[in-house]
Amino acid sequence: MDIDFITQILFAAIKTGTPLLLIALGEVICEKSGVLNLGQEGMMLMGAVVGFLAAYTTGSAGFGIIGAILMGMIMSLIFAFLVLHLGANQVATGLALTIFGTGLSAFVGADVVGQTVQGFQPIIIPLLSDIPIVGKILFTHDLLVYLSFALAGLVAYVANHTRTGLVLKAVGENPNAANAIGIRVLRVRYCAIMFGGAMAGLSGAYMSLVYTPMWVENMSSGRGWIALALVVFASWRVGNIMLGAYLFGLASIMHLVLQGMGWSISPNLLAMLPYVATVFVMVIISADQFKEKLLAPKSLGKPFDPRQMA
Amino acid sequence: MIQVTPRIEPSKLMTFASPLLAIFLTLIFGSILFSLLDKDPLEAMHLLLIAPLSDAYNISEMLVKMGPLLLCAVGLSLCYRANLWNIGAEGQLLIGALGGSAMALQFVDSDVWYALPLTLVAGIISGMIWAAIPTLLKLKFNSNLILTTIMFNYIALYLLLWGVHGPLRDPEGFGFPESAIFSDATLLPLLSEDGRAHIGIIFAILLSLFAAFVLAKSHLGFQIRVFGADEAAAKYAGFNRTKLTWAVMLFAGALAGLAGVSEVAGPIGQLVPGISPGYGYSAIIVAYLGRLHPLGALLSATFMAVLYMGGDLAQIEMGIPIAVVGMFQGVLLFFLLACDFFIHYRLTLPSNSQYQN
Amino acid sequence: MIENRCLDDKKPVDKPNNTRPRLTLKNITKEYPGCLANDKINMSLENGEIHALLGENGAGKSTLVKTIYGVVSPNAGELLWEGHTVKINNPAQARDLGIGMVFQHFSLFETLTVSQNIELCLSKVQLAAIPSLALRISELSEQYGLNVDPNKYVHSLSIGERQRVEIMRCLVQSVKLLILDEPTSVLTPQEVAGLFIVLNQLSKEGCSILFISHKLHEVTEICHSATILRAGKVVQTCNPNQETPASLAKMMVGDLADQDAGYAKKIGHDISLKVTALNLESAQPFGTHLKDINFDLLAGEILGIAGVAGNGQEELMSAISGEDDRAKPQMIELNHLPIGNLGAGKRRQLGMAYVPEERLGRGAVPDMSLSENTLLTHSKGFIKHGIVDWKGLKTYASKLISDYKVKCHGEFSEAQSLSGGNLQKFIMGREIGQAPKVLICAHPTWGVDVGAALAIHQALLSLRDQGAAILLVSEDIDELFLLADRMAAVCDGYLSPVVRCEDTNIDQIGQWMAGTFIDNTSEPVTQEMSS
Repeated sequence: MDIDFITQILFAAIKTGTPLLLIALGEVICEKSGVLNLGQEGMMLMGAVVGFLAAYTTGSAGFGIIGAILMGMIMSLIFAFLVLHLGANQVATGLALTIFGTGLSAFVGADVVGQTVQGFQPIIIPLLSDIPIVGKILFTHDLLVYLSFALAGLVAYVANHTRTGLVLKAVGENPNAANAIGIRVLRVRYCAIMFGGAMAGLSGAYMSLVYTPMWVENMSSGRGWIALALVVFASWRVGNIMLGAYLFGLASIMHLVLQGMGWSISPNLLAMLPYVATVFVMVIISADQFKEKLLAPKSLGKPFDPRQMA
Repeated sequence: MIQVTPRIEPSKLMTFASPLLAIFLTLIFGSILFSLLDKDPLEAMHLLLIAPLSDAYNISEMLVKMGPLLLCAVGLSLCYRANLWNIGAEGQLLIGALGGSAMALQFVDSDVWYALPLTLVAGIISGMIWAAIPTLLKLKFNSNLILTTIMFNYIALYLLLWGVHGPLRDPEGFGFPESAIFSDATLLPLLSEDGRAHIGIIFAILLSLFAAFVLAKSHLGFQIRVFGADEAAAKYAGFNRTKLTWAVMLFAGALAGLAGVSEVAGPIGQLVPGISPGYGYSAIIVAYLGRLHPLGALLSATFMAVLYMGGDLAQIEMGIPIAVVGMFQGVLLFFLLACDFFIHYRLTLPSNSQYQN
Repeated sequence: MIENRCLDDKKPVDKPNNTRPRLTLKNITKEYPGCLANDKINMSLENGEIHALLGENGAGKSTLVKTIYGVVSPNAGELLWEGHTVKINNPAQARDLGIGMVFQHFSLFETLTVSQNIELCLSKVQLAAIPSLALRISELSEQYGLNVDPNKYVHSLSIGERQRVEIMRCLVQSVKLLILDEPTSVLTPQEVAGLFIVLNQLSKEGCSILFISHKLHEVTEICHSATILRAGKVVQTCNPNQETPASLAKMMVGDLADQDAGYAKKIGHDISLKVTALNLESAQPFGTHLKDINFDLLAGEILGIAGVAGNGQEELMSAISGEDDRAKPQMIELNHLPIGNLGAGKRRQLGMAYVPEERLGRGAVPDMSLSENTLLTHSKGFIKHGIVDWKGLKTYASKLISDYKVKCHGEFSEAQSLSGGNLQKFIMGREIGQAPKVLICAHPTWGVDVGAALAIHQALLSLRDQGAAILLVSEDIDELFLLADRMAAVCDGYLSPVVRCEDTNIDQIGQWMAGTFIDNTSEPVTQEMSS
């Protein structure tokens, strides 16, 4: 194992972790407003297939990205309407969204399975990429990865240093109190949910347009679920989310690492690694019940009835 | 303007009508979709819903699909009634198949009477173990059951693949990822000569009746219902949360495990990668459609099995992608959740209240 | 409406010439499915007037105030603000007019600071007009003696302090009408005095105050005028100074006021429940730790525990009832049996019963029938080989319903379809029906109508007279003095000395509620808990 190898592995970890990062950024905003959206897989897959189809038919990956984001937002809107206006159970509705998105994406993409498109090419940033080691790891990625860096910074800033972030926190902690002081709780939650949807769609597009530029049924393989665990793992903090996403990315490419080290283990056993790692992480984090009660948005998962006053 | 007003008491009518309304809306959605794809909606609907019941062979195949759906759904109904969000039926089913197969392969060349019972028991216990681990993590470490059970679904899948590619692969199978074919001693008896339906469906129906009885008549069932409806009240009443959680989860795991081993010791007859077309996930919808009641699950499992069969037929005869079944299931659940709104609220026209200006 | 007059040491309020009333309500009516909450309410407030809104639970005070604050819209009637007709559709509009409200259950965010909490209520325009919010908060805090630190996190504040933050919030928005919903129910008597000083200062400056209460001696002390509601209607508008608490009570509840009074005090005999050196850390992040609690509960007595919410009552009840079973066995003894680490079910089998604070969603499952809810705590005699005798349960539940005059459609009625008072009567009946040796009761008449409150009081006294030991926790000091034989107060997890009611008074209990009995030099003993 030499430096070059480590550099390549870290580069790959970032690339592999990016879809997770994108979805988790969206879900953390959604959860901060008090809404638990389990429909990540469904939204991601719909984003992936629509993005792919858009790029395939128009020849432009850019259109693909836009299409994917819009699709994610539309999917999340269905969820938002059921949960916010019809008072449906958040867990059941999220599951429904996943099952629906999975099925619909397979249906819609049936004709283009296995086709490829021209994805995004890596953009090598001049000067910065010449920094030894770090340069190769951070500054030789494609456009979407750079976008994910920017988005992470933006989300962190908004959540912690703006009035919007304050409003979000308030709604997540106590929607009845927020309503009583005049905050439009439903509007805030709609926006948060749709942001989550947009990010899920974007993440899906990344998978089908950049990571492996093709469409395959169920290509997200549970990343949406891992992202949900990631948000808890990160205690709803953006910095931790980034770290966690890349760690999972690393776990996903373990087979390359071990191959590079000369070990050979059954690929099926290695494929389990990200999922086992997720379980492991969840156990460690949730074991401190006190801390979790403290950090989780207090109204997470509970319905909001504006007719009920504090 | 139409107003939405809360009902004083939930509507009993809507509680029963909502699933039917949801099915109806789903069919309309489907018809529109098929028209858009230039497929005749009526023919598609016929293939999806009527054809599967049209002859003895089709009914037999439908029963084959209904068994695992019903078994898993009964277990899940109890879980969701207790507010335990077990999404792991799929994984528990796969591990049940894996464990059961491992046992069955011990009897490939033998004829003893206890081969089948042992196989079934192995499958049941495997399913229980697979449900036990996330349960333990939840009770000891407070980890989120939804996420752990889903992760275990993926782990189960890869374990199955590893098993079928490795230790359990048929040495004389030319390298295909399949186990040896099970001997007759480890196969479930068939119901009739026509088709592959086996006594597994009888187990499923009996277990469904048993679960319904426990839920309605026993103290344990009462505790489960209170636990799911109002956890604070269950705590106040002194109900043992740990005991209840174990009882419900292990029961669900056992049923899913039985479903899995019944597949390999039944219609498939060996261990292969593609044991389940997502039965464990579909069972979630079956449970909801049946209003989380084991008897309701009987009806909804029938419907879902018909849909699965119909999907196969529609693909063969009209070229509609099999993914349509999964999509319908999702749409169905959406419509169900939407229609449930009317259990607690009603639409009213501008009121004729004497108190208006 | 207000004539020149002297109110003890308060300054007279002059009626300004030629100005319209600040707020006028004309025939306000609000209907909910199944009940008429407000029936043609007429009311009027002048600038600087402190006006009480009186009425028992269920009279319609809350609904009326929600109408003024824009949370609900009336079905009929008019609202006039300073003479102009207005429609207030949401709290934001109410605030823009200058209406501020302090809720009974505060709308504060615990994980944010005081300053951030107040900032959230201000519009962008308002925020831009204030150079430094923290500074403004400090200034107002000085001016009105509120003692509020803008940088403290709300979760670290006491209830009294939180209420002052809520008032501060209204002040920052230059409030012209301040509405307070049962403000004194969460304060110690001394804190109430402090609140009245602030309110008087505001009134002198021209701010109108609408003061909702059912505490009559407070109303006569501070209010210029009062509107009395009963069953949704205005029964009287009067000057409280020309009335006595007794005459006001009669206007509020009719003749029932006389019946619920003058109960005899008893002396208990053997020790039923003994709590020794109970030290327990709270299981919740912002809870209260119990510190070295010692007391005896005697058979044939009612022991009252006073205290402002959030001082450990919830934790104490959980530890005694068994919902929290982390204490060491010998810390709690029931008839000489150590039960500190037993679960709630086992303690119930040994003769303990519990009427919890939350009736719907703890004491009873909302969408289950009354007979099912009976089984919740009363399973003795109804279970054979694990199977439930539903027929027997239904018969028994029907008997409870008729014995305690619970108004409902029958044993099949869902718990959530009952009114608060009727559900509480049912729960009380269910617990008493198990002939407990020890009954723990938390805030039994909170939010309950007068008739039901009377029935509950008499049921408790009757149970005591039959020899049971009753532990009564309540925020309502008057209720405690009415029912209890001996009393104590809890503050910050410490328990005061226990005294006979005859030997103490509201003032001393009030002081104890504020913690004057806590000896700051002694270290509370922290012991490990049994696992």
